[in-house]
Amino acid sequence: MRTRPNWPAGVLAGAWLLIILIPVYVMLRAAFESRETYADKGPLGLPTEFTLDNFAYAFEQGFGRFMANSVIVAALTVAIVLVLVPPLAFAIVRSDSRTVRQVFKVMLFGLAIPAQVVVIPVMYLIQYIGLYDTLIGIALPTAAFAIPMSTLILTGAMREIRGELYEAMAMDGSGPVRTFFRLVLPLSRGGMATVVVFTALNAWNNYLLPLVLTRSEDVRVATLGLGVFQQQYSLNVPGLMSAILLTILPMLLIYLFARRALIRGLMGVGGK
Amino acid sequence: MPDIRIGPARGRRAVSRPGAVWALPAVAFFAFFALLPLAVAVGLSFTKYNGIRLTTPQFVGLDNWTRMLDDAPLHRAVGVTVVLIVLAVATQVPVSLLIGVWAAGPQRMRAAVTALYFIPLLMSTAAVAVLWASLVDPNFGLPAALAPLIGPDTFFSDLLGEPAAALGLVAFIYLWGASPLHTLLYQGGARAIPETLYQAAELDGAGRVSQFFHITLPLLKHTMVTSTILMVVGTFTTFDLILILTHGGPSGATSNLPYFMYDRGIAALDFGYGSAIAVVLVVIAGLVSWAMVRASGYDKMEGTQEGI
Repeated sequence: MRTRPNWPAGVLAGAWLLIILIPVYVMLRAAFESRETYADKGPLGLPTEFTLDNFAYAFEQGFGRFMANSVIVAALTVAIVLVLVPPLAFAIVRSDSRTVRQVFKVMLFGLAIPAQVVVIPVMYLIQYIGLYDTLIGIALPTAAFAIPMSTLILTGAMREIRGELYEAMAMDGSGPVRTFFRLVLPLSRGGMATVVVFTALNAWNNYLLPLVLTRSEDVRVATLGLGVFQQQYSLNVPGLMSAILLTILPMLLIYLFARRALIRGLMGVGGK
Repeated sequence: MPDIRIGPARGRRAVSRPGAVWALPAVAFFAFFALLPLAVAVGLSFTKYNGIRLTTPQFVGLDNWTRMLDDAPLHRAVGVTVVLIVLAVATQVPVSLLIGVWAAGPQRMRAAVTALYFIPLLMSTAAVAVLWASLVDPNFGLPAALAPLIGPDTFFSDLLGEPAAALGLVAFIYLWGASPLHTLLYQGGARAIPETLYQAAELDGAGRVSQFFHITLPLLKHTMVTSTILMVVGTFTTFDLILILTHGGPSGATSNLPYFMYDRGIAALDFGYGSAIAVVLVVIAGLVSWAMVRASGYDKMEGTQEGI
C-alpha cells in the first residue's frame, strides 16, 4: 500500500477544496440570513442567525411552480427515453440486422450535438406542431437529443449479459419479447439507472431550449426562474441564494440515491 | 460480439434475435425531433425569417452565407469560442488529473473530502452562473468584502468590465463548475490501475514523480481522451453561463458562437442568419463527435470500459 503522505498533492488538493467551498459557504450562509444582516456583514461574514424568510420569499416569487415545471419536464423526458431506448439498445446488441448497426453508427455522430445548437429549427418545428409554450414541447426535443448518449450507456450495460443466459432463455422457448422483459431489462437495471440520472440532469439543467420554446410564467422552469430572479432582484442576495439552494435539492436527492449509478455509468461499467 | 456459438446454423436458430423493428420507434423519434431540425436549419439558412408563426420564411439564396464571410463580430465570436476551449482544456485537465489521482488514493479521509469536491456537480449551470454573478458583483460581492484587505481599486474590483478579465472569469467559473465531473473520471481511471504495477516500480526504486509519469499518466490515456472530448464539447456549447453572467460583454469579449447565435438570430429575430450559424455549429460538433467516436472506439461494438 502507498501510504506515505504526499505533501505537494495534499496542499494542492486543499487549496482547490477552498476554492470549491468558499462560494458554497457564501451561498449556504446567505440563504439563511435576513437581508439586513447580510447587507451589514457582506458575503464573507460568520453565520449569526437562522431564518427561513428567504425561502418563503422565493416561493412567493413562484419558485414552487418553476420547480414543479422542471420536475414535470424531467419526468416526461425520462419517460420518453425509457420507453424508446431499451428496445433500440437490445436490437443493437442482439440483432443480426446490419442496418441496425449502421443506424447506431449514424446516431453516434449526434453524440456531441446538443439540442441548444439547433434551437432555431426546433422552435420552428415545435411551433409548427402546436406545442409552443408547453412543457411537453420542451421534453420532446430534450429526449431526442438524449437518445445517442443513453443508447451508448445502455448498449454498454447490455453487452455485459453473457451469451449463455440468452441460450438458456432460448432453451425455455422464449422469443425476443420474453427475453427482453425477463432477462435483458432486469440485468441492465444499473445501466437504466444511469440513463435515468443523465437524462433527468440534462432536462433539469436545460436553459436555452425552455428560454426559446416557452413564454408564459405558468410553464417557466427552475433554471429560467433563476435567470429572471437574478435580473430582477439581484440586490436581494439572500433570496437569490435560497432560490439556488431550492434548485439543488432535487439534484441532491438523485445524487444521494443514485450516486453509484452515476459513477458506474461515468466509468463505463454500465452497472449490473 | 461475446456470443458463444457452437455452430453457425445452430447458434442462429437456437437464440431468437430481435429484428430491426425493435429499433424503429427510437429511430423514428430521433429522426423527427433531431434530424429533421437539422434539415430545417439548412433550409432556413437560405431564407429571411423573423420567427413569427404567421409569417413565412422568404427565400434569399446565399445571402446569409455570404454575410457570414464579412461579419466581424461573428469572426470575433469564433475566436472567443476557441480561446474558451483552449483555456478550459489548459486549466481543467491539470486540475482534474491531479485531484482525481490524489482522490483515488487508498486513504479513507480522501473519500470524505472527495465528496465535497462534487458539490458543484449538483448545481445547474444556471445556478453556478447566478451564484458567481453575485460573488463577483463589484458592490455587493467578494471584491467589496475583500476591499479592506486588498485595497478598494484593484484588478478584482471590476472583473466583468475588462474584456480579458471577463473572458478569464468565464473560463474560471467553467472550471469551478465542470472540473468535479472530470475529477470523477480521473479518479475512476486511477483506481482501475493495478496496485501491483506501483509495487513493482517501488521495488525498482522508482520515486513518486517517476511513477506518476511512467505508470499513472500512460494508463490514464483513454480517460484523458474521453474527458478532454467532453470538455471541448461542453465548452463549445456553453451558453447559459455567458447569458447570465456577461451577456456576451463587455463589447462582445465573451460572446461565443452559441451566445452569438442566440443574440443575433433569436433575440434580434433574424432566424435565417441564426440558422446559418447553427448549421456551422452542427458541422463543427459533428466533426468533434466523429473524432470522439474514432478516438474512443465506441463504433467498434466493444465494451465501453476501454474508452473510459
